[in-house]
Amino acid sequence: MIEIRWHGRGGQGAVTSVETLALAAIGEGQYAQGFPSFGPERRGAPVAAFNRIDDKKIRVRSGIYNPDVVIVLDSSLMALVNVAEGLKPEGVLIVNTAKSPEEVKKETGFKGTVATVDASKIAREEMGVPITNTTMIGAVVKATGLVKIESVKEPLKKRFGRIAQKNINAMERAYRELKIAK
Amino acid sequence: MSERIGMEIALAAAEAVALCKPDVVAAYPITPNTHIPEHLSDIVAEGRLDADFICVESEHSALSACCGASGAGARTFTATSSQGLLYMAEIVPIVSAMRLPVVMAIGNRALSGPINIWNDHSDIMSQRDTGWISLFAADGQESVDMMIQAFRIAEHRDVMLPVNINLDGFQLTHVVEPMMMPDQKEVDRFLPAYKPYAALHPDNIVSMGALAMPDIFNEAMQAKDHVLINSKEVILDVWKEWEEQFGRKYEPIGAYRMDGAEIALLTMGSMGDTAEVAIDELREKGVKAGLLKLKLWRPFPTEELLKAVKGLKTLVVIDRAVSFGGPGAPVCSEIKAALYDQKERPLITNYIIGLGGRDVVVTDFVKMVQQAIGPQKKKPAKAYEIYGVRGS
Repeated sequence: MIEIRWHGRGGQGAVTSVETLALAAIGEGQYAQGFPSFGPERRGAPVAAFNRIDDKKIRVRSGIYNPDVVIVLDSSLMALVNVAEGLKPEGVLIVNTAKSPEEVKKETGFKGTVATVDASKIAREEMGVPITNTTMIGAVVKATGLVKIESVKEPLKKRFGRIAQKNINAMERAYRELKIAK
Repeated sequence: MSERIGMEIALAAAEAVALCKPDVVAAYPITPNTHIPEHLSDIVAEGRLDADFICVESEHSALSACCGASGAGARTFTATSSQGLLYMAEIVPIVSAMRLPVVMAIGNRALSGPINIWNDHSDIMSQRDTGWISLFAADGQESVDMMIQAFRIAEHRDVMLPVNINLDGFQLTHVVEPMMMPDQKEVDRFLPAYKPYAALHPDNIVSMGALAMPDIFNEAMQAKDHVLINSKEVILDVWKEWEEQFGRKYEPIGAYRMDGAEIALLTMGSMGDTAEVAIDELREKGVKAGLLKLKLWRPFPTEELLKAVKGLKTLVVIDRAVSFGGPGAPVCSEIKAALYDQKERPLITNYIIGLGGRDVVVTDFVKMVQQAIGPQKKKPAKAYEIYGVRGS
């Protein structure tokens, strides 16, 4: 079972990210959970959301404390939150930033795999808005191989209708442009 | 054909309710059940469900509207949580006394105060003795299935009682996961159109909810008790039929790895899944542990409980609510009362956990079992213990 924690700010769509990733995995016949950090949310405040993905029924319903993967939608959070907290040493940290993975390694002190992509730039260019929640799914798919990129398209089409294609383009660019340092 | 879908459980529960074609839905939003009526209002607005969605101004009005609509012969649904359920309280026992098959989803949440929007079972426990059938779902699939089963049970001519289905707030309501969603044909086959025994109509005048003087009140209360007790037979039949049609088994008390178990955990609601993982870990360590999952809270399945605990040395009852100043937490007190007359009965330990959304992890269950079978000094000093209280 793979456990994932997403960091974002209220309004940046982390909940949509976990829902989309869960639906992609479920669509492949896998088992998945997607859930927000339970409780009230305020626009702009740091929030977290979570995924579990497995090939058998997932029974654990507690919070996630030692994730295999951490995704950061907004790199400004890294000054406020220890995004690598509890992340398994062999885990993956994926950050939306123009910086290189090596720079993020230095900043966070995390010694495992780090991957970066400038998702804000991609989202602005592809969708005209700096909302990176769907763009970053492309980065997650590339870094983890948890689902196929094709499997994410269906839930995106369902969710976003006529603007789905822009989200898909942004996601595919993030998939291609992700830089990974082991 | 049922379809494997991924969906937030609250939305899936609403989809399941829509498949039951209610005539009237009346609800007032309160976290964490809100997504259920919200999604039903979407379904009505989209034209997928031909129902009157009544946007009432309070929960008191929500259940009052349901009471009136059900009295007029409508299939009726509502949903609430916590203080919303308390605000309904005046109407809750009236609906059951009038034998109206209203179905209500409860996204379980702690009662204030201090104010808290997260999960525990204190809301439903406050309405325990109101004469409703009470079911507890452990996961998304059970949440979907129980919505459909509830209408069938409630409307059965030998039952005619309201049913509440308890879904742990957030822990279930806000989680996206896979479920099998039945289609309309399958639900139509399982759930025939509602034919009320009596309905309010200007052309056919009946009295509902009349005054009962002291000379008839004992009898009325005994009748209310009998019909709830007797509903178990119908519930078992409906669950059997469900299993035949959909292949998913439902029992008043589900059992996990109880073969040869000497110690068992007993949980209600979504904790059961997490506790299963703890049982696996304990079994690997050589502890003969099993798990009982209580799904039917009212009518209380005494007979099934006696069978389930046979041969057990120790039973660890997990509660998610406090009975302040009482002899034990709500579930444990019931279990002790049910076992009192038995010659052989297990030692019982009672832990209260997960109050107001406090997270419960696998190792918590492992520790509780280990404490219950460990040296005497590690057992709770009192009849019950709130687990994980800092500084104690």
